[in-house]
Amino acid sequence: MADQIKPDELLDKIDHTPERGDWMHTAVQIRPGMYCYSANPASLETMDMPNVRKWDPLDEDWKLPENWQEIIHNGIKERLERFRTFKVFMDICVRCGACADKCHYFLGTGDPKNMPVLRAELLRSVYRNDFTTVGKILSSIPGGKKLYGSRPLTLDVLKEWWYYFFQCTECRRCSVFCPYGIDTAEITIMGRELLNLLGLNIDWIATPVANCNNTGNHLGIQPHALMGMMEFFTEDIEEVTGVNCAPQFNKKGADILFITPSGDYFADPGTYTCQGYLILFKYLKEKYGLDVTWSTYASEGGNFGSFTSFEASKRLNAKMYLEAKRLGVKWILGGECGHMWRVVHQYMDTMNGPADFLEEPVNPITGTKFENAKSTKMVHIIEFTADLIKHGKLELDKSRNDNVKLTFHDSCNPSRSMGMLEEPRYIINNVCNNFYEMPPNTIREQTFCCGSGAGLNAGENIELRMAGALPRATAVKYVHEKFGVNRLGAICAIDRAALPTAMEYWVPEVGVTGLHELIGNALILPGEKKRTEDLRFEPLPGVEEEDDE
Amino acid sequence: MASVEMNGKTFEIDEDGFLLDYKSFSEEWVEYVRQQEGIEELNDEHKQVVKILQDYYEKNGIAPMVRVLSKLTKFKLKHIYELFPSGPGKGACKMAGLPKPTGCV
Repeated sequence: MADQIKPDELLDKIDHTPERGDWMHTAVQIRPGMYCYSANPASLETMDMPNVRKWDPLDEDWKLPENWQEIIHNGIKERLERFRTFKVFMDICVRCGACADKCHYFLGTGDPKNMPVLRAELLRSVYRNDFTTVGKILSSIPGGKKLYGSRPLTLDVLKEWWYYFFQCTECRRCSVFCPYGIDTAEITIMGRELLNLLGLNIDWIATPVANCNNTGNHLGIQPHALMGMMEFFTEDIEEVTGVNCAPQFNKKGADILFITPSGDYFADPGTYTCQGYLILFKYLKEKYGLDVTWSTYASEGGNFGSFTSFEASKRLNAKMYLEAKRLGVKWILGGECGHMWRVVHQYMDTMNGPADFLEEPVNPITGTKFENAKSTKMVHIIEFTADLIKHGKLELDKSRNDNVKLTFHDSCNPSRSMGMLEEPRYIINNVCNNFYEMPPNTIREQTFCCGSGAGLNAGENIELRMAGALPRATAVKYVHEKFGVNRLGAICAIDRAALPTAMEYWVPEVGVTGLHELIGNALILPGEKKRTEDLRFEPLPGVEEEDDE
Repeated sequence: MASVEMNGKTFEIDEDGFLLDYKSFSEEWVEYVRQQEGIEELNDEHKQVVKILQDYYEKNGIAPMVRVLSKLTKFKLKHIYELFPSGPGKGACKMAGLPKPTGCV
């Protein structure tokens, strides 16, 4: 990270006093460090996306089809008719500004077009001009456009859309403060759909989408490679616990199908969370006979299609139900993920359901009925595990996590889209003795985004990511300095991939962990050896450290 | 498409300087990345990392996760950074001719 902007320099750059003047006529300056590379043509082709070609956002010519304005116009029209929310969100904003200072990107950059209201106005101004009667009348009167806040769709406007709709992580913090409840994420979702009609995706989204379509997961991990990774985890777990926790794959007639984001198989520290899942499933098999299977086909919980278009999202999501049906399981359990749950919880049932071949989820060990998952048939592992603990079904030694001084980052989607606020805290309090909350306006439904969600977790936009992570990092720094917090917990794979970089940048003393890693450490497996190390091979509290450096 | 030259050979690269076509890997490419990375002299450990990455990539179509690379080479991550200052991805994978790891989620 030597060539990157230093934290102090980044802080100095933040300026919340924008230049005076009309925002509508300030052409966008696309700046390296703030945007992601354009989509690889081969990836767009895989997904049958239009206008496949190599292009560079810094070039004047974006190689658009001649009738691009018509394509966008029709695209907006079609979506206004199809999605009632889109129409309502275009119409009802009164520009009160309650959302303006709630966005992590606005707080971290000071760029006024990162105020959620203004980001939405980029699209709304064109909507007013082209789709409202008032807009049509006023556009013919001098000064009428300015009065109504409308403008025609020009190339500059399109470029501005591209720049700023890929500077929104669809985290929905702004929506919490909107008196009308406008879901700004949906406006960004629509904005990105429209951009995709012209082949204007970013590669960090387009290539994972193509990978997921071709091999079942974003990272392009083939079945034999996935099994190899699991063998590796199994060996490491056995070294720590003395117990073989090897998973089952593609097992027909298993009770439950488990699906988690591929980041958990691949990227640290998510890999330790993955080991936590394996330990938990082994425990449940031994103690209660619960039969959980993984799939080498439905091997991705996340859905980068949802950052592309409804159709792409649907296409990638389909394999969850298809695999559950093929294997004949009772219901589906999902891993610690964020945006995956926006898709699963809010769209999957109508998008690819009804999954009437599955049972309404009941925890066979506790008898708990997961009412909230009645129609989707898919349960978040955090509520599943919290339920097991609540009923005294897990034997836990929480002192094994005594080296961890934890704070908890509510992930945007599980907290704001699912209301999953108490379950993770319930687990934490049962596996960890040292837990400290960040300030109230930065957690639960008011949580700050990691700064890298919605497909923006690339390397080339690192300045944007670090600026966006600043509010979250500032809250972590506060509990680090006040309580000595050294670990940040999160239940999302993007968090586990993105926050280590953000912490290294802003609060280097704090590491990142998933909650099932802590469960893996605390859970007492039948027949385990005396544990001396945690899953990261670091000595447990009270165990003498042998210096092998 | 950008390209670079080293000792009479031309290589097509992506935005971050990764080799576009794994099959065009050669000693000249290794030399190019060595200079880019500011590595004074390649030793057996560098070569071992490159070989292991290539074996894994040829078998699996992706780069190994960092922990697997550590286990296979018996080098701690810290040591891999000593060998390749830009790290296992931007340093070692690049030298081995692997495509840029994408989509770490």
